[in-house]
Amino acid sequence: MRHTISVLVKNEFGVLSRVSGLFSARGFNIESLTVAETLDPLFSRMTIVTEGSEQIIEQILKQLRKLVDIIKVSDLTGKSFVERELVLIKVRAEEKTRAEVLRMVDIFRGKVVDVTPRTYTIEVTGTEGKIRAIIDLLRPMGIREIIRTGRVAVPRGD
Amino acid sequence: MKRLSGAQIFLDCLKREKVDTLFGFPGGAVLNLYDELYHSDIRHYLARHEQAVVHAADGYARATGKVGVCLVTSGPGATNTVTGLATAYMDSIPVVVFSGQVPTQLIGNDAFQEADTLGITRSCTKHNYLVKSVDDLGRIMREAFHIARTGRPGPVVVDIPKDVTAEVTNYQPVQKVDIPGYNPTTEGHPGQIERALGLLLKAKRPVLYVGGGIIIADAHRELKRFAERFRIPVTMTLMGLGGFPGDHPLSLGMLGMHGTYRANMAISHADLVIAVGARFDDRVTGRIDTFAPEAKIVHIDIDPTSISKNVAVDVPIVGDAKRVLQQILQFLKKAKYAKVKRPKRTEWLRRIETWKKENALSYSMEGDMKPQYVVEKIYEVTRGEALITTEVGQNQMWAVQYYLFKRPRMLFTSGGLGTMGYGFPAAIGVQVARPDKLVFDIAGDGSIQMNSQELATAVQYNLPVKIAILNNGYLGMVRQWQELFYGKRYASVNMSAQPDFVKLAEAYGAVGLRATKPEEVVPVLKEAIATPKPVVIDFHVAREEGVYPMVPAGAGLTEMILV
Repeated sequence: MRHTISVLVKNEFGVLSRVSGLFSARGFNIESLTVAETLDPLFSRMTIVTEGSEQIIEQILKQLRKLVDIIKVSDLTGKSFVERELVLIKVRAEEKTRAEVLRMVDIFRGKVVDVTPRTYTIEVTGTEGKIRAIIDLLRPMGIREIIRTGRVAVPRGD
Repeated sequence: MKRLSGAQIFLDCLKREKVDTLFGFPGGAVLNLYDELYHSDIRHYLARHEQAVVHAADGYARATGKVGVCLVTSGPGATNTVTGLATAYMDSIPVVVFSGQVPTQLIGNDAFQEADTLGITRSCTKHNYLVKSVDDLGRIMREAFHIARTGRPGPVVVDIPKDVTAEVTNYQPVQKVDIPGYNPTTEGHPGQIERALGLLLKAKRPVLYVGGGIIIADAHRELKRFAERFRIPVTMTLMGLGGFPGDHPLSLGMLGMHGTYRANMAISHADLVIAVGARFDDRVTGRIDTFAPEAKIVHIDIDPTSISKNVAVDVPIVGDAKRVLQQILQFLKKAKYAKVKRPKRTEWLRRIETWKKENALSYSMEGDMKPQYVVEKIYEVTRGEALITTEVGQNQMWAVQYYLFKRPRMLFTSGGLGTMGYGFPAAIGVQVARPDKLVFDIAGDGSIQMNSQELATAVQYNLPVKIAILNNGYLGMVRQWQELFYGKRYASVNMSAQPDFVKLAEAYGAVGLRATKPEEVVPVLKEAIATPKPVVIDFHVAREEGVYPMVPAGAGLTEMILV
């Protein structure tokens, strides 16, 4: 099963490679990983999306907690949390499809952030499902390139 | 507040950690540190290779329970420590390695003797540090020792750029350690302990399966009291040998691939397995789905990642082995347990006795001199009081099958990583730690050649270590697998060119002896022990003797190949 794990780490050099090294050394799978500074610049927040059996996920959580530079590990899966991902899509936009692309961007509350005579670059933020949906809809028009940030997540409530 | 250089701070921190012994090898990047050491009363042992530096510190740590400390230079100095670090990491040994690094402004420039020590050692250390500023040195050293020795111990690397050792700063000693992400659990959960005791009271065929955690935690007294109170037979892993007296009536000996018949049969028929400070390694469990098939499993371990990693556990207890066993003994004073009589376990112990009689460890004296015979005689002549290190391979298994360890910290062996070349440098560290004791390295002719250069170290510091080479002219364990599983195709295991080990010893200024017949073994051993110098004894043994019993890789523990 897929799990979203939120990890509070020390904001120091080498922490990212400790985490990614742990995953590669033990054969765990990383679907996406994001990391950036928190409100307190001494710490960073990592959001890791991974997949595995219950036993594997238990090992991942325990192994992460064992790293000295890791302060807190929470598995958000099964809890109430908000999850977002940002995607930049460069899509072909020629005479007959331009309007259609714009309509879709509108429906998905996306933004056109760059325009050339033959392409639009679109920014869309949302859950995994929403991102997948817009990609599927734009694909027939000719997607040139996709850049995704990977998911970030925060628990709901206080 | 004093004005001190990085090198002076380094020395001050070592003193505060009560370090009086250092193993090392100097070089350009650590010249400032060595210059400071020159004025210090810390004893420094100069090895002949950085791998041996770490193994010696590891042997010292295992012998004393203290942190073993190393000092090596940058680049090749640091990369040579990797095998030593990985060995210590797998066996949970507290070691701190200080490595020099090129000056801060040169890092990343492919400078002379530069290596990415932090990157290279990340996966074979418990934690590692690069000291970027002299102001961090005191704190980092304090943390490094704390992390190495607490929780599940392990090696820590502190990489120090040369300019940091020269720079001067206002120095305030660091007293308190505050590492927010590091807080090992030592107390067992009382509810879990109650559940474990509940299972124990119902069990008819319990077995205690104990590992290196017993020795690391100094929990052997508590273990003995607990085992005797409930008359529970005890089997030990390679790392656990000595954690329970090998000659105790409740001892089953070692379990696993080359374990005793009775230990493997007992764990396979147990209805309760209580694992303490052991980690269900594949060499112990054999085929995992046939391991202890009838048993509920209680697992006491300081490292949560060891629990339910390989085998699903019924009652996990995270905590320090000594502390949790103390808690259990404390619980037993409660009225509801105090009235429980010491069980007789007649039937279970009788079954175990039968297994013991059916298949005790044995070998035949026919033909050439047997390696088992040599180990047996070492045991007899030393009255089981010598400190034994081993190399890795057949020598390691014969050493632990035929030498019974009465107490903890008597056996020093690379259990997890299986490092050939470990035994001799480790013996040097053990002898440094215990100058009063007789130290034997039980070696093979293959393994000893991996670090034989350390004879110079042993001679230089007059460390009278005895090396018993069980010389069969083969990489014997690999040959045994080729014999059993590869149609006797002995690919690249025949060491047809060997040094003359007697002359090799003499070339270094040590003493060389040889025995080729059984009747020569005892006299040669007595001569070696009477010689107050390092001694190499070349025992010519039967070339194709095998280690038995043996559980083939991937088979269940009851599928042993017997003699």
